[in-house]
Amino acid sequence: MSRSGVAPNSCCAIWFRAETSRVSTPLAFSPNAGLRISFCNVEKRYGMRMALRGVSLEIAAGECVALVGHNGSGKTTLLKIAAQLSRPSRGELKFYSGETALAPDVVKHRIGMVAHHTLVYDELTAEENLVFFAKLFALPDPAVKARQSLVPVGLAGRAGDLVRTFSRGMRQRLAIARALIASPQLLLLDEPAAGLDPEGQQWLGVTLSNLHASGCTILMSTHGRNETQGAVTRAIRLEDGNITRDSGPGGDPYPVLAMAAVRETSEGDAR
Amino acid sequence: MNLPRAAAVILSKELRTEFRSRELLGTTLVFVLIVLVLFSFTFNPASSESRRFGPGLLWLAFLFSGSLMLQPSFLREQTNDTLAALRLAPIDPFSILAGKMAANFLFLLLVELILLPVFAVLYNIAILPVLGPLVLVLALGTVGLATTGTVFSAVAAQARLRELLLPLLLLPVLAPVLIASTEATVGILRDPSVLSVVWLTFLASFDVIFLTAAWLVGEYLLEE
Repeated sequence: MSRSGVAPNSCCAIWFRAETSRVSTPLAFSPNAGLRISFCNVEKRYGMRMALRGVSLEIAAGECVALVGHNGSGKTTLLKIAAQLSRPSRGELKFYSGETALAPDVVKHRIGMVAHHTLVYDELTAEENLVFFAKLFALPDPAVKARQSLVPVGLAGRAGDLVRTFSRGMRQRLAIARALIASPQLLLLDEPAAGLDPEGQQWLGVTLSNLHASGCTILMSTHGRNETQGAVTRAIRLEDGNITRDSGPGGDPYPVLAMAAVRETSEGDAR
Repeated sequence: MNLPRAAAVILSKELRTEFRSRELLGTTLVFVLIVLVLFSFTFNPASSESRRFGPGLLWLAFLFSGSLMLQPSFLREQTNDTLAALRLAPIDPFSILAGKMAANFLFLLLVELILLPVFAVLYNIAILPVLGPLVLVLALGTVGLATTGTVFSAVAAQARLRELLLPLLLLPVLAPVLIASTEATVGILRDPSVLSVVWLTFLASFDVIFLTAAWLVGEYLLEE
């Protein structure tokens, strides 16, 4: 057990350690094994436009993978397919826990997602939002779980406020709390640093590092260089729906990340 | 989580959201009130015409209120892409539709029950002696309205001309409900009052068919 009395291999328990001064009641979560994902020749077509062109990719359990590339390169589509929000037009997606293949309906319990939008209701309070999603995930004691989840994201003091009164950064923190409420084994993040100030980005970077250390598989899309890339163990570049660079499992992701950052900067200057 | 429990969670969220803002209920109530008042100007309310034409006008007003009220059902989920959040949850996709159908049914029925006394006064029709059968017809007709309206709201929300599309899709499909509900209501308000089993069975069948269809295609309706 850690100094705060939290199980060390739990993703959310470790997350709490990032802001121990704000945590009053340590929580115990189940260990996080992380999911293995296999994209097999996945294609996605929107009308005449091909968003993904036969992507084949294996992501091992516990990897932290960054997807980089231009707008429209297929990053969000790949994340949506991994989240089962979108069906591939062709190809197959498989999930494994250890060596066991998992059925799609079983996998949903184990996936958390921070999307481009916040996926929270403006007309509900922060606490009501989390209680609602905790209930949908059939978590025990949803109200307690919701209150506890608001502490590490620094929103405990605003638990009873309507989300529509929140700033973009606060909404993003709530979105992250929502994604992590069911202690996911696979975390999908679509530009998670969007809207966060430098302090928020740093906090998110620490959070992702701790989640990765706990064994959670992370797949995120990212633009340029930011604090969230500290935990990245593998970087993949997508261009026009194809994988053009992959640092590979165990490879050095920083050349791919740096190349993306350079391109982003030069494109920004050109604009 | 099983289907009824997930639907109940979504229903309670819908009720909480609406009763907090009362935007939809307030707007729809005012709209139907205006429609009923305007319709009442078209003929002499003291005559027997009221009993003949009143039920048809009443159900037309409810139909218009339905197309107005059901529009935001899925449109609201697009603000922060909360429909994706619902679809990420480990629940039966039909439970999303079922929760929203139940909420829409309650909202529509509430509007109808509030406006029934107004209808009775404006059209000079005594509804108290036949309130039981009338509520039964209202409930069956409203299930049809809420079921089809929620399904088409989900379809229309993803289209470009979403504001125009829902009435265009909904009104023709609801023609059978309009006819059956009107005929059943005419029978109830007649002297002597008659509860038509044929029209009630027709309404119940429509409800069952559309609920089953929604259950079968629910997953595909909610996809991008």
